[in-house]
Amino acid sequence: MTATTTAAADRTGGGTFTPAPGPARTGAMIRAQAVLETKMLLRNGEQLLLTVVIPALLLVVFSAVDIVDTGAGRSVDFLAPGILALAVLSTAFTGQAIATGFERRYGVLKRLGASPLPRWALLTAKTCSVLVTELLQVVLLTAIAFALGWSPHGNPLAVLVLLLLGTAAFSGLGLLMAGTLRAEATLAAANLVFLLLLIGGGVIVPMDKFSGGVQDLLKLLPVSALSDGLRDVLQHGAGMPWGDLGILAVWAVVGLAAASRFFRWE
Amino acid sequence: MRNEPAVQVTGLVKRYGTKAAVDGLDLAVPHGSVTAVLGPNGAGKTTTVEICEGYRRADAGSVRVLGLDPVTQGARLRPRIGVMLQSGGVYPGAYAEEMLRHTAALHAHPVDPALLIERLGLESCGRTAYRRLSGGQQQRLALAMAVVGRPELVFLDEPTAGLDPQARHATWDLVRELRADGVSVVLTTHFMDEAEQLADQVVIIDGGRSIARGTPEELCRGGAEGTLRFTGRPGLDLASLLKALPADTAAAELSPGSYRVEGKVDPQLLATVASWCAQHGVMPDHLAVERRTLEDVFLELTGRELRG
Repeated sequence: MTATTTAAADRTGGGTFTPAPGPARTGAMIRAQAVLETKMLLRNGEQLLLTVVIPALLLVVFSAVDIVDTGAGRSVDFLAPGILALAVLSTAFTGQAIATGFERRYGVLKRLGASPLPRWALLTAKTCSVLVTELLQVVLLTAIAFALGWSPHGNPLAVLVLLLLGTAAFSGLGLLMAGTLRAEATLAAANLVFLLLLIGGGVIVPMDKFSGGVQDLLKLLPVSALSDGLRDVLQHGAGMPWGDLGILAVWAVVGLAAASRFFRWE
Repeated sequence: MRNEPAVQVTGLVKRYGTKAAVDGLDLAVPHGSVTAVLGPNGAGKTTTVEICEGYRRADAGSVRVLGLDPVTQGARLRPRIGVMLQSGGVYPGAYAEEMLRHTAALHAHPVDPALLIERLGLESCGRTAYRRLSGGQQQRLALAMAVVGRPELVFLDEPTAGLDPQARHATWDLVRELRADGVSVVLTTHFMDEAEQLADQVVIIDGGRSIARGTPEELCRGGAEGTLRFTGRPGLDLASLLKALPADTAAAELSPGSYRVEGKVDPQLLATVASWCAQHGVMPDHLAVERRTLEDVFLELTGRELRG
């Protein structure tokens, strides 16, 4: 035992570069990676526009000005849950897809693939970074909504489950897009999907503005399920919205399975 | 275990579609040595290195890196190797120092990042985003990232491409220090002087095969051709000189008083020329044997036509 220790000490002595390889502790690697990913996201102006400025602006403008008929009650009570769904969409799907697409393009994922950081740990770190960003978004948007007179109801646990399952569903779809398309195509497609879902996903436009058949289809979209579920709980004080959770769960399973099957690292 | 080479590649084949990028390549990298892989564009250098790094699977042949299979045992291998890609590999928005510190944080016993930053002359751009660094600065950061984890073996893919002379020398000094500290180094390069300066072993590959290997001296010495030059009085009787020399030797007066002898240059030939000069009362000034450079060897082996 003593002999082994001495040999190891000799190996780590010597010059500056005398080999002493080894991975850092897995927890420390994931923390470092998550901190870096979050910094990259917060440093990126376009990403902040998407994840912070647009949702906050929509919340303020559509609450203050009666642009869309949001049904009975205060418009902020209708809008706030939809904007929270939009926040999850912007970070877990659009932001993550664009960032990961360009990381793939610039060889960041390739280089990390030769580092001691395992792939599952990289994905864990990305998820942590998405959750931290979402937490900041929820705090900010909730504060704005309260300032606009929002009075939410319902079970906070149901809200948490909806947000987490929504994050899983959007992450799967975002990573699927980032891992299969070219970076420029991902950039264009992710923004287009963001815009379409913003209009057609029950975020700021109530579902009943669409005709029956279209409405039935739109209700199956993940962002519709998320905004509908959040609205059931926060606006109408419902319990667990199992139907919407079911839709999100299916999207999460399909999206994550497809992403892990088709994602190309280079 | 120490007797086994750091890298042992045997009969490696890698096809893209029907084209074989690597076609039966052999490579052995001894522990603690610097091996330079030379070859024209498209020779299969990067493909070979990336198979050793575990990025691609071999279609045939065997690859052992530090005694491990880079694909199936990659998780155990990756912490022990350092990788410098030909380009990219860094978040465009990350600051140089931030990225190096991050890479260090993924390892158990990293080199102090501040020391590497100073050594590679990156002090002025520690707080500069990667996308705003010059090409040379990006290269040096990638090199620092490859060695910061104190690996046993580093792969450097064209580490000095696009560097100015100062940065090239800083890179060479670092590679020499790696070698002195017992790190095995595999580098690909287009620069013959780089291989001559740094490499214990040069491997020339072309068409996906290794076509020559040896120390730079061995490669330059190999081959029968050689040239001897001297100056003397103009108009020497070269026919008489050639009679004294072996049959396949040629001699010419290039300009008045400047002579060239081409053939198998060995001590015997040198002695024969010197004694012929003595018999004819000629003082052979500037008598010199011309060595082939690595570049001559390289062009001889891989041809002079341009590659894609």
